[in-house]
Amino acid sequence: MAKVLVVTSGKGGVGKTTSTAALGAALAQRGEKVVVVDFDVGLRNLDLILGAERRVVFDLINVVQGVAKLSQALIRDKRLENLWLLPASQTRDKDALTDEGVRSIIADLRTKFDWILCDSPAGIERGATLAMRYADEAVIVTNPEVSSVRDSDRIIGMLDSKTVKAESGERVEKHVLITRYDSGRAARGEMLSIEDILEILATPLLGIIPESQDVLRASNVGSPVTLNNAASAPARAYIDAARRLMGETVEMMVPTERKGLMDRLLGRRAA
Amino acid sequence: MNAIAQPTRQLVRMRGRSYVAFVFAPVVPIVGWLEEIDATLARSPGFFAGKPVVLDLSAVDLSETAIMHLVASLEQRNVRVLGIEGVDPVRLTASMPPLLTGGRSCVLMQNELKKPETKPKPTSLLLENPVRSGQSIVFTEGDVTVLGSVGSGAEIVAGGSIHIYGTLRGRAMAGVNGNSAARIYCQKIEAELLAIDGYYQTAEEIDVALRNRPAQAWLEGDVMRIAPLS
Repeated sequence: MAKVLVVTSGKGGVGKTTSTAALGAALAQRGEKVVVVDFDVGLRNLDLILGAERRVVFDLINVVQGVAKLSQALIRDKRLENLWLLPASQTRDKDALTDEGVRSIIADLRTKFDWILCDSPAGIERGATLAMRYADEAVIVTNPEVSSVRDSDRIIGMLDSKTVKAESGERVEKHVLITRYDSGRAARGEMLSIEDILEILATPLLGIIPESQDVLRASNVGSPVTLNNAASAPARAYIDAARRLMGETVEMMVPTERKGLMDRLLGRRAA
Repeated sequence: MNAIAQPTRQLVRMRGRSYVAFVFAPVVPIVGWLEEIDATLARSPGFFAGKPVVLDLSAVDLSETAIMHLVASLEQRNVRVLGIEGVDPVRLTASMPPLLTGGRSCVLMQNELKKPETKPKPTSLLLENPVRSGQSIVFTEGDVTVLGSVGSGAEIVAGGSIHIYGTLRGRAMAGVNGNSAARIYCQKIEAELLAIDGYYQTAEEIDVALRNRPAQAWLEGDVMRIAPLS
């Protein structure tokens, strides 16, 4: 049974696109057939993170408007044969998305893939609501800070009221993914603790992704962090999260970076 | 002067008025049909009281005496027959109700059958899930109880009191219809704003010592009091 999973947050810049790419690649590495769909029409990024930006011909809007067939717009990853991308249009805006168009594309993708990961744009407007509209599950990406947590709370409320599942009396299964977590700063009380976040959001935890230079490095070379350096702390955390999505029980831990002497000496650099 | 008092001519004014009558259409055997009437009367005595009743005899072929007997039987049950229709006029005597024609059928408002649906409106609202940021719960009919938390940026508006078994991080407005006896209770107070009957306090004015503790708020005159719940 295909699963439609929306990666959302409300707030921008918390790591939705990075997480979509990393989770998508991790699921594909485990043999699942995955498509990642960029809903950020007008501000697309997922193609860059996946290193597919030079191969985009048709996009989501072309398919919605019937200009191109779905098979023409899907881009297969060069490293993982199970991973596909449906890019967003950069020249249009979110008004080009229609409920009916999204419904038919999602229904089509359901017949072809095991996982459909929808990378939601920030905000609570049309793009974000259509990205979550047909979701079965949701990953709410949250940074350990109050503004991000409050926006996530708002998004959870929308997942419980504005999705097709919610409207038909069912529930969208929700998971919180905490990204950019710095255990040192959390210990010093400069960040919200995991317990605080989960207490506020009252939603199960999918994983904790540590703040890491590896994430930026992977983005810059156009590779999901789980592919670029699978041994890195964030990659391990994403792989664990993907396994939990697949129903495995994986012990929750905060992956720490193996720090060298220089890191330890300079570890207190103000961020 | 021969003043002859001319009697002033009184104009007789005729007015038309229509009434809705119950139409009884007896079927044979008449005895069985009368039992049905008895059963109806047993269920709700006074069902036909004060209502005009017309006998429609088109479905049966009754003799003059039979009609007289039927009318009498109904009279025994306190059902007075206003008129009879669907019968040959020769079978009716002067002592019987008059023949009626030209009746039109209409929908009867069976007030007695329609059980008065005075299901009392619920005076409290129970929310089993957390109230999320951006959600606004408005219930002016009474109390609101939240089993979870009320997120920052969420608001609860209640005509009565507000009970929150989780953490109150958003706004709570109780007694909005002018109920100054309404109170706000929560398991943990981190509220952005508390209001009762229009009197409010913002987070800044709430004593820091109360934060993160079970608390209640109420009105004393026009002063809002907040105290820990022990």
